[in-house]
Amino acid sequence: MTAGHWNGPTRRYDLVKEGSIALLVVTLATVVLAALFSSPDEKTISLRNWAQNAPDDFYATVVSELSGASTSAGYGPPYNTATEGQSIGPVPLARWGGVTTAVDPAQQFVIAPLSTLSDATVKAAVTQWTGASEDQRSAWAGDYAKALEDAGSADKVVAGDYGPVPALAKAELDMAGNGQLDTALIAGSSFYTSDYTKPLLFLGDGSYLEETAGTQHLLGEQWGMMNSTGNFPGQAWLWLATFWYQMPGFNAEGNTWGDNADAIVFGAIMPILSLLLLLVPFIPGLRSVPRWIPLYRLIWRRWYRQQRVTPAG
Amino acid sequence: MSQAPATDIASDDSWTARLRRRTLDAMPSEQLLPDRQPAYVASWIYVFGVASLAALAVITVTGLVLTLGGLTWWHRSSVGHFMNSLHLWSVQLFFVFMVVHLWGKFFMAAWRGRRALTWMTGVVAFLVSIGAAFTGYLVQTSFDAQWIASEAKDGINAIGVGARWNVLDVGQMLLWHVALLPLGVSLIVLAHVLLVRVRGVVPPIGFESGEERRS
Repeated sequence: MTAGHWNGPTRRYDLVKEGSIALLVVTLATVVLAALFSSPDEKTISLRNWAQNAPDDFYATVVSELSGASTSAGYGPPYNTATEGQSIGPVPLARWGGVTTAVDPAQQFVIAPLSTLSDATVKAAVTQWTGASEDQRSAWAGDYAKALEDAGSADKVVAGDYGPVPALAKAELDMAGNGQLDTALIAGSSFYTSDYTKPLLFLGDGSYLEETAGTQHLLGEQWGMMNSTGNFPGQAWLWLATFWYQMPGFNAEGNTWGDNADAIVFGAIMPILSLLLLLVPFIPGLRSVPRWIPLYRLIWRRWYRQQRVTPAG
Repeated sequence: MSQAPATDIASDDSWTARLRRRTLDAMPSEQLLPDRQPAYVASWIYVFGVASLAALAVITVTGLVLTLGGLTWWHRSSVGHFMNSLHLWSVQLFFVFMVVHLWGKFFMAAWRGRRALTWMTGVVAFLVSIGAAFTGYLVQTSFDAQWIASEAKDGINAIGVGARWNVLDVGQMLLWHVALLPLGVSLIVLAHVLLVRVRGVVPPIGFESGEERRS
């Protein structure tokens, strides 16, 4: 028997030949597509680029790290316990994951890098900050963040008691501008590293990364999950996951669905849909869809024509 | 070394002999490498299964070449960049072929006749491939990778997985991309193909054997 469990008519078939031709054709198609269209290679954004191209955004982000108002500072698991993270109803999936990559943005993104500098003014600002109480730091940074927001830029901020915050923010901007912050944040305390958690979190706390992504149509509301930079194809197979973010409720903040959209999409909707696809053979109704939409008649039209019978079912 | 009598081989209860007998019983060579197919296996839709396998082979070869130069080689070398392009486009073709194959099999109700496991291994192969492709996008060491990692972390962290599987850790993602996930895809695809060979190609609706109708 050479045709599985089939006892009806058979035809000649060369599995190896078919595989070889398929490999040849697909290889050629790949070479042609690669030669014609290439692949995207958009340069990374360094902290130096950010500081040089969007200094006000960089400066405001440093202040938000010190005041504890940044996204990272209030993120929750797995970086800190500032919030419980997202949940699906009463199921706190994010909290169950725990805090495994402890991130203290003010300390790790600002104070620790600045502590490596030998400049006396910077050293004095760092010493003043580290020597102050938690409440004092919070008051300095909070007041300055508010004043900065009201003024619009650092040079227009009204005078006030902001402690070392302006000096720290200015020093961090200078440090990033000459490239030292990239080295300090990426290398950290380890000689070898492949973990970019800290610099990517810091970069994500500002607006520059998002604005750049917006120009490349990569934002969530632009179906960005399935896009790539330029006109190159991205992960189009993620269309169903990104589809939910376009729905009212999921793409709005301030309601349960929007605030927990990631957990609901990736913790409930997509796993359930995947499970449905996996279990199609066992789900009444779903497994009958091919009989209701008889595309199989088209696929096997030659066979049915040859048999000249109406299929059962 | 003298050959043992055939009766001795048949009654050999060593683990090796048992495994050989079970393997040959389940997958006789003419079923693994058939030279005839049922007459109904005549449609363009059948091409997409083997095309998916061919694309997977191109992905594997181009991926292996990329590993020779290291993580950032393709940014510095025109050969590396072309290899990256081949890798990207073979992945795109792989998903196109696989999706057409999947929907084709859906509308053929290809799980009929004790073929549910064949369908399920195919779906798992599709899902694991999405993970493999996703980690590939994370390790491009380009702006795309920065943005995708920065956004994806929220989805992964929201379900608690980010506590162990850190998409911002390029080293961890690279090892998943070049070792664990390709191994997973390869094993599940191998199981899928073997099941197709063992169970045979699903017959047209209305032409199932009596045994297949009962199962």
